[in-house]
Amino acid sequence: MSWQIGTVTWINGPVVRARGSRQVSMLELVEVGDEHLVGEVIGLEGDIITIQVYEETSGMRPGAPVYGTGMPLSVELGPGLLRSIFDGIQRPLPVLEMRSGSFIGRGIHLTPLYRKDRWNFTPQVKVGDAVTGGTILGTVPETPALEHRVLVPPDLEGTLTWVAPAGEYTIDEPIARLRTENGEQELTMLQRWPVRRPRPYRSRLAPTEPLITGQRVLDTLFPLAKGGAAAIPGGFGAGKTVAQHQIAKWADAQVVVYIGCGERGNEMTEVLQEFPGLVDPRSGRPLMERTVLIANTSNMPVAAREASIYTGITIAEYYRDMGYHVALMADSTSRWAEALREISGRLEEMPAEEGYPAYLAARLAEFYERAGYVETLNGERGSVSIIGAVSPPGGDFSEPVTQHTKRFIRCFWALDKALASARHFPSVNWLESYSEYVDDMADWWREQVDRDWQTMRGQAMTILTEESRLERIVKLVGPDALPDEQRLILETARLLREGFLQQSALDEVDSYSPVQKQIRMLDLILHFHQRAQRIIKRGALIVMIHDLPVVNKLMRMKTLVANDQLEKLDDIRRELDEQMDQLEAEYR
Amino acid sequence: MSEFIDRGGQEVIGVARVEGPIVVVDGVGNVGYDEVVEVFDSRGRVRRGRVLEVGEDVAVVEVFAGTTGLSIDDTRVRFLGQPLRIPVTEEMLGRIFDGMGTPIDGGPEPLADHYADINGQPINPTARVYPRDYIQTGISAIDGMNTLVMGQKLPIFSGSGLPHYQLAAQIVRQATLGAPVGETPSQAAEFVIVFAAMGVKHDVAAYFRNSFAESGALTRVAMFLNLADDPPVERLVTPRVALTLAEYLAFERQMHVLVILTDMTNYCEALRQISNIRGEVPSRKGYPGYLYSDLASIYERTGRIKTSTGSITQLPILTMPNDDITHPVPDLTGYITEGQIVLSRDLAYQDIYPPIAVLPSLSRLMKDGIGEGRTRADHSHLSAQLYAAYAHVQDVRSLASVIGEEELSTVDQKYLEFGRAFEREFINQGLTENRTIEETLTIGWRLLSILPPEELTRVSPDEIQQYYRK
Ligand SMILES: Nc1ncnc2c1ncn2[C@@H]1O[C@H](COP(=O)(O)OP(=O)(O)O)[C@@H](O)[C@H]1O
Ligand SMILES: [Mg+2]
Repeated sequence: MSWQIGTVTWINGPVVRARGSRQVSMLELVEVGDEHLVGEVIGLEGDIITIQVYEETSGMRPGAPVYGTGMPLSVELGPGLLRSIFDGIQRPLPVLEMRSGSFIGRGIHLTPLYRKDRWNFTPQVKVGDAVTGGTILGTVPETPALEHRVLVPPDLEGTLTWVAPAGEYTIDEPIARLRTENGEQELTMLQRWPVRRPRPYRSRLAPTEPLITGQRVLDTLFPLAKGGAAAIPGGFGAGKTVAQHQIAKWADAQVVVYIGCGERGNEMTEVLQEFPGLVDPRSGRPLMERTVLIANTSNMPVAAREASIYTGITIAEYYRDMGYHVALMADSTSRWAEALREISGRLEEMPAEEGYPAYLAARLAEFYERAGYVETLNGERGSVSIIGAVSPPGGDFSEPVTQHTKRFIRCFWALDKALASARHFPSVNWLESYSEYVDDMADWWREQVDRDWQTMRGQAMTILTEESRLERIVKLVGPDALPDEQRLILETARLLREGFLQQSALDEVDSYSPVQKQIRMLDLILHFHQRAQRIIKRGALIVMIHDLPVVNKLMRMKTLVANDQLEKLDDIRRELDEQMDQLEAEYR
Repeated sequence: MSEFIDRGGQEVIGVARVEGPIVVVDGVGNVGYDEVVEVFDSRGRVRRGRVLEVGEDVAVVEVFAGTTGLSIDDTRVRFLGQPLRIPVTEEMLGRIFDGMGTPIDGGPEPLADHYADINGQPINPTARVYPRDYIQTGISAIDGMNTLVMGQKLPIFSGSGLPHYQLAAQIVRQATLGAPVGETPSQAAEFVIVFAAMGVKHDVAAYFRNSFAESGALTRVAMFLNLADDPPVERLVTPRVALTLAEYLAFERQMHVLVILTDMTNYCEALRQISNIRGEVPSRKGYPGYLYSDLASIYERTGRIKTSTGSITQLPILTMPNDDITHPVPDLTGYITEGQIVLSRDLAYQDIYPPIAVLPSLSRLMKDGIGEGRTRADHSHLSAQLYAAYAHVQDVRSLASVIGEEELSTVDQKYLEFGRAFEREFINQGLTENRTIEETLTIGWRLLSILPPEELTRVSPDEIQQYYRK
């Protein structure tokens, strides 16, 4: 459904200008040229229309037609999103592959959601019910892992005049009819929503529970709240993508939206090949059943890369509105910012820092603002948590994208090149990283896991901070110059770093660490520290502590103790106490 | 070479502006973005270019061979109505071409029934096969610590004067499809080589040619040479021409293709030059904001796809200006490629060949290419342990420089010994020395055995039991 609104006058890569109708509106979806390439209006001046085109424009000529659609760039929402992989403008990549083969062709128009699937709909409303935006009309088992709740679109309200009986329907078939102020309206399981407009909710709630990732350094030291926003900055090879993959695999979210934004093709292939075989530790179902993938890799058109972030966040909000906790990963937000810069450059806009447009900060703010823990329109609680990777040039965090991002997130997981090259993963630097959610999460930890989490976390941080101060002295005079109490700090810090913080994504056992295990491991290391402190005060030498056989156990407990055999940690504790008792006896 | 020669197309006489390699042509109609043009000087000599930007009656054209000798009035420009395409055929193996794909070995134009757009098209991520078959290069620092996988893009980050060419040539000579320790490869994969030179000296091209000839590989090599004295703008086309042939060989002729691109820094400089002349807003160090996307359009043309048994493995070479790894060219490359092999001037001074700095080096595809059934079960732990130990060596060395070696603890003295041995015996090897994966792993364990077993927390107690030797 499109009609000609103008003709192309100028082409520069993904940016095209056309002369035509003054009726076209800003951000309207348009189609350009005989191939009907998808584009979006990004500027209007008199009768000149500026368009960013989401496909390669090679070969396009001035004089080519431009067609309007009267609609903004929107996504399709409905059952069938989970398990899918889309490009930045929500074209389903597997269908694209069937159409154009291994290489992505141009001008191929596809509906994002498959029309022929029949979904088992069970109504939850009846004729005569007054409904408003967000009311649950019924449910569909979208995947065995997730019940899809069919909602009244946010901007509608009225009285139901007809509701389909339980049964199988396609997403195009009506499932209810609604009498509204503007007449009767048919509702299907399919909705559209403009990607650049946040979906509404009733109210924002304070974050109270953590998004558990199974990664010790994150959960225990720098927790992210459900509904919160985190950034993972780091130079190339620091471990951003592996961290994002780990969170996508293990986070206790009900839905995961993973956006590969301007990154490698093989990384998306890896997810596609790995996730169906991995089981969610909570639902017991393959991870793919809760996952939506958006892939606009670095070699795919740059304007669609810009759109991919919005496509992803809108899908995330849609599941939030059903009352689910959604985690969204964007790898990498820097590539999205660069897409903005590239388009801006071709428009010859005035650049601000490092060639980025002046509105970079505003766009970042708008994006991260779409994270949140909310009361939905139907009174449920849902959340969108955002975890954005940042790829600073030269690994230097003083650059604009990192700096602006820092203003809009509350959890900063700074990855460190030196740690990564020593293969200390996750290379989260414990001195540079922070979480502003620690206090907010304290109640949850106290009630759900352990009374003393916040205290223990504080002690661990103190030891690690103290270590870095002592290391500076050691670099000048060697460790022998330190008194044994201080050398004990180095010893415990080593245990914390290697035995606790280090966590290999590749290890079968340790890839995911349940919170109970995390806290008990930390407790053991701190217990070691306290006992050793006492013994050293009495005159024992640090080497005696260092040589205790249990030290090696503490170093290896993360892999030695399976996640379902945490009682083995008690054995290690017993061993520790025995060995310490013995040593202590010698220094009575 | 040029398929479009007889196709006619729109012609304009006289241009509006000439600046650097760019000409601006007025009075055109119906010209397509990115289409090829032929530019004739007053004496009728032709050079090629392409459309960078097009308006209703004006086109901005980049002339590959530069604009020397072009005048405002006498220049003729012919627009050919399509993007740059080259013929692709297996017969291009064993041949030498210029940077645009025209034969320069005296032989005939390749006869092809197939022409391909040099820009290629992005591979659909769902059509890819995740690369997992490792390539044995016979070089310990690579096979043991940064394993190369068939279908990977793994650049060499070097500096001027370092032996990156020797290393690349050695990899090409020795590369075979890997097999688990104790087994021989089920299939002997023979690599074909596509070699693209951008702005390198004649003797570099000659070095590679001789090296291919000596190993009897010349019939399996296609060389595309844009040399130091060739037009810089042509460099922007050379890697794309080479990869277009590579894609044909890998994905339509089911071959395993190794692509060498050297030197990517020269490529990026040409891109910067064009961008600056056009007055584009620069990002870092004068390079255009789209350098990342542009490099990705080259590096991502690598991998494996479901519909072919072939593969493209890329070994781009770049020299880091001032040995600075944070310079935009290595930096953006590292953000796109699947790891990097970094060469170190320090090691080279100590006469260690190949002078691979293992700590900043990385192979992102290694994790799925090694281990049980691929190399050996302990490989991943062993390499993690070697990394951790060698990283500690660096700390010990700086401490030793302050307090003196004698003052170090006995354990730290062992680390120093390990560090020296690791550089001398593991990293260091002969130019023609071709180690099996088993030899590499054995050396690794022998060196780890210098350290007390309690230090080895990255390997399992069972592995220590089995391989640690005291
Ligand atoms: N948690 C981890 N456990 C084990 N290895 C890791 C981990 N994180 C990163 N790595 C290693 O580091 C490499 C680079 O990580 P990656 O996430 O791809 O970096 P980035 O996205 O920052 O460039 C990976 O290929 C892997 O070998
Ligand atoms: Mg990454």
